[in-house]
Amino acid sequence: MTTVIQLTINGMAIGAIYALVALGLVLTYKATEVLNFIHGDLLMASSFIGWGLIVVLKWPFWLAVLATVAIAMVFSWVLDARVMRLIVGQPQFAGVMLTIGIAFTLRGLVSMSFGPESRNYPTPWTNQKTQLGGVVIADLSLVIVATALLVTLALFWFLRRTTLGVAIQAASQNQLAAFLSGIRVKRLTSLVWALTGGIAALCGLLLAPTALVDISLWFVMIKALAAVVLGGFGSIPGAILGGLLLGVIEQFAGVYLPDGYKDAVAYLVLIGVLVLWPRGLLGDAHGRRV
Amino acid sequence: MSPQAPPVLSVRNLETWYGPVSAIKGVNIDLHEGRIVTVLGANGAGKSTLLNTIAGVINPFKGSVEFRGRPIQGLDADVVALDGLVLVPEGRQVFPFLTVRENLMMGSFARATPEGLEDDLARIYGWFPQLKGREQQHGGLLSGGEQQMLAIGRALMARPSVLLLDEPSLGLSPLLTREIFAIVRRINAELRTSILVVEQNAAIALATADDGYIMELGRIVAAGTCAELMVKDDVKEFYLGGAGGAPRADGRKQRWKRRKTWR
Repeated sequence: MTTVIQLTINGMAIGAIYALVALGLVLTYKATEVLNFIHGDLLMASSFIGWGLIVVLKWPFWLAVLATVAIAMVFSWVLDARVMRLIVGQPQFAGVMLTIGIAFTLRGLVSMSFGPESRNYPTPWTNQKTQLGGVVIADLSLVIVATALLVTLALFWFLRRTTLGVAIQAASQNQLAAFLSGIRVKRLTSLVWALTGGIAALCGLLLAPTALVDISLWFVMIKALAAVVLGGFGSIPGAILGGLLLGVIEQFAGVYLPDGYKDAVAYLVLIGVLVLWPRGLLGDAHGRRV
Repeated sequence: MSPQAPPVLSVRNLETWYGPVSAIKGVNIDLHEGRIVTVLGANGAGKSTLLNTIAGVINPFKGSVEFRGRPIQGLDADVVALDGLVLVPEGRQVFPFLTVRENLMMGSFARATPEGLEDDLARIYGWFPQLKGREQQHGGLLSGGEQQMLAIGRALMARPSVLLLDEPSLGLSPLLTREIFAIVRRINAELRTSILVVEQNAAIALATADDGYIMELGRIVAAGTCAELMVKDDVKEFYLGGAGGAPRADGRKQRWKRRKTWR
């Protein structure tokens, strides 16, 4: 029984990361109709920037976190305002290809400037554990779940309760009407990019201590895509549910299934959902209004 | 008309292309302060293109649009709306998954000042009482007529000085059409908003507006006050479905093979 609880909690922690990454993907997708492949590499680059600030420049941890998030936000804003805006009106495919190209460029830049070796940085929670009724939880896991929860709640509050957030929803539902209502759609799009960039940076900084600061960190985006499909494409609650579920499934698969399934199970889930239940768990029942 | 004051909206020699297709050409239109102007025309005459070009949805190929003396052609639609020139686009463009109230509040982005927001909301609910009853419902769940009202109401939340309406009667029952046009008159009378309305329903548009233009194949072919237009034979015959032209020898009207002269 303890094993099951332990696995569930570990799974939730890694799943919370998947959920946050998936949340960023869905947010950009809903607001701009672009599947943003830069997300994973920005996450990876942010972990390197965080390492540079904490280990090389010896900045305090929290300051480094803030600075990294700010850098990622500014980068994403500029990327949208200067690059992505140029292909507005092109087929969706163009946006996907453009982001893939930028993602590879970013990966190359990181690899060139930092070198290929993995590294690590200390956090206030490294090697700390909390005992909760027989279950041992790494503090890092708690921090990850708490951050994911906070970011999600803040985002929901922003999108539902603030005028700017409702305007973002409006622009994604009917862009023409949004323009004609005087909503600064282009700026809002850049704002969404900045927000998702910030989320990617947070994810990178949270994920790196559980593994290592490494180029391969961008792979988490593929897992997040599986989470997005599992939860229902375009649904924000679905992305979060899908991420958490996927994390838990992976943990259980790692213990109860033969070796090697742990890494494959996300893709098996992806294939299974697409074949059997393409709408996903919480996909839009009403379809898309054109 | 009041020739002494310059028009609040003045379109000069406007020309718009969709790729290789010319949509409107050499269009001149004046909208004077506090008046209702209608542009009539059949399908494909270029009426919607004209409004979309004025509002900044499409960029013109050449020509100018002056709004309160300032050129606005080629500006983005949101910038034009923030200036106080607001288009209600064709076909009930609402935000389907926002509530009616949120839909209306989105219109207030283009307001010059947040003052009087609640008063304006109350006034719009007064004009369109159906919307009040559905305040918390999603815009996509409203009926066609209610969605049109919502789109007009949202535009009014901007307190525009010029309101452009693109076929407000599209797909509405005759009763609802009359209701919408009655509101258009009231908006003009109570808020002194200058209105440019594009219509296919010539009878109600000519009855509502002060001045009219008639568009065919992307050009303006006739202009005048609505009273003048209503007595033109061509207008009567081709737009009002009334008795135009001379009767034939057998007393029946020949309604074919007649050319429009626009005289």
